[in-house]
Amino acid sequence: MTTLPASTQKKLGLVIDLDTCVGCHACVVSCKGWNTENYGAPLSDQNPYGGDPSGTFLNRVHSFEVQPDEGAAQLIHFPKSCLHCEDAPCVTVCPTGASYKRVEDGIVLVNEQDCIGCGLCAWACPYGAREMDAAEKVMKKCTLCVDRIYNENLPEEDRQPACVRTCPSGARHFGDLADETSDVSILVAERGGFDLMPEQGTKPVNKYLPPRPKDTMEEFDILAPYLEPVAKDAGGFLGWLDKALDALPGGAK
Amino acid sequence: MHPAPSIILFTTLSGLGFGLLTFLGLGMPGSTGFTAFVFFTIAYLLAVGGLLFSTFHLGHPERALKAFSQWRSSWLSREGICAVAALVIMAIYGIGRVFFAQHWGLIGGIGAILSLLTVFTTSMIYAQLKTVPRWHMPLTSPLFMALSITGGALLAGQVQFVIPLLILSAVTQVAYWVVGDSRLAQSGSTMESATGLGHIGKVKAFEPPHTGTNYLMREFIHVVGRKHATKLRAIALVLGFALPLIFLTLPFGHIFALLAVLCHVAGILTSRWLFFAQAEHVVGLYYGKR
Repeated sequence: MTTLPASTQKKLGLVIDLDTCVGCHACVVSCKGWNTENYGAPLSDQNPYGGDPSGTFLNRVHSFEVQPDEGAAQLIHFPKSCLHCEDAPCVTVCPTGASYKRVEDGIVLVNEQDCIGCGLCAWACPYGAREMDAAEKVMKKCTLCVDRIYNENLPEEDRQPACVRTCPSGARHFGDLADETSDVSILVAERGGFDLMPEQGTKPVNKYLPPRPKDTMEEFDILAPYLEPVAKDAGGFLGWLDKALDALPGGAK
Repeated sequence: MHPAPSIILFTTLSGLGFGLLTFLGLGMPGSTGFTAFVFFTIAYLLAVGGLLFSTFHLGHPERALKAFSQWRSSWLSREGICAVAALVIMAIYGIGRVFFAQHWGLIGGIGAILSLLTVFTTSMIYAQLKTVPRWHMPLTSPLFMALSITGGALLAGQVQFVIPLLILSAVTQVAYWVVGDSRLAQSGSTMESATGLGHIGKVKAFEPPHTGTNYLMREFIHVVGRKHATKLRAIALVLGFALPLIFLTLPFGHIFALLAVLCHVAGILTSRWLFFAQAEHVVGLYYGKR
């Protein structure tokens, strides 16, 4: 059914810390690695070693430069995948019922056997979270690693999304955002987690934590007076060489 | 948005076909026998041909029957149901007109309403998308409906309706363009809202997630076509509305009627191409592009 559930028992999702993300793209690689050989159709590449490579990814890391009114610009790495929205526009537009939002945990999934590959759900998503696989011709999206998080064949520490498990800087967190006492909910409350494009009215479950304010240091150098050049003009051989070279045409004056 | 030829042909041709079916259902023209057969054939070729084109952009057209199931939430599903219902009802009505010289007014009326409803559902597929601010506005549906009815009147040879309808369509078209040009700015979606980093300063795309292109960029970011938008708008207005008006005010002749139809269709194809090529999807903001 492509009508959305009025509410879900859990709201499983990710909290992504823009302060700690170092832009290494390890989450992108581990996501593709896990999801190309597990849930649903593989994530194909087209012309991967040619001049115009392209492929299906469920998670991509952008890098933005943010220029404050004063001071130096900041570089912010920005991982982006499905936000498992409460009011997911991608689900309601689906004509076949292939797209659905699970009542038990709020994960948005695609039943690939029902997908006709019309692409309308990708059009409806403001975040670019859905990509049509060029080989399988079905819509692919983040499953929140639904085949890991409940998988009792995996050691307990691996029962989280591949991107979260692999992140070397601890910038990605997974949990239930409906539970106010969960680690992720506390993190969001403490760090002022925010929604992407709130004006689109999608009510994303995934939250982003803003970069912490940069430290500012006053210009102060205790050694500066002692480090001023002692000799202004070189004498002797070096002085002669300096003048001789200056006299030659070309070079910086 | 990527202007896919299959969708442009589909919306244009099926729009014309359902427009013609609307007039036929209302008994305009009320011809019977072979003349009616020709009219119904043209209408079905356009409407069904258009629908067939639309299946070319599906990844799995063999599963298309499943698309009739989600009418509760999906405009695309509703469109499929309306289209099939209109085609079936109008086929019954057409059989009456062609073989029995009967005008079954009630069936024709229902068929006409369903035909119009089909065009409306098509327009809502686009108008519902908040992610494309240029489409997400009250003028998108009137534009599709006006163009469909005008084309239908033209094909049905209802000259008394065509001239006012051409003027109405041209006005709707210009209004759609003028209002549409400011829709992205009005939507409130910016690189700052997309990234949530506006409180720090001005956001600029520094590095994309990959060195090559991807599905999202191919599908949603179309820059080349917009370069000539103003010229193409002028061409669409001249071909779609001005020339047909001139041809129809000349002394009536079949050659002028044919020229009017051909010009109109070419103009609407241009307008429909712009409808897609000029539409900006907000996901482009993450790439610093529109």
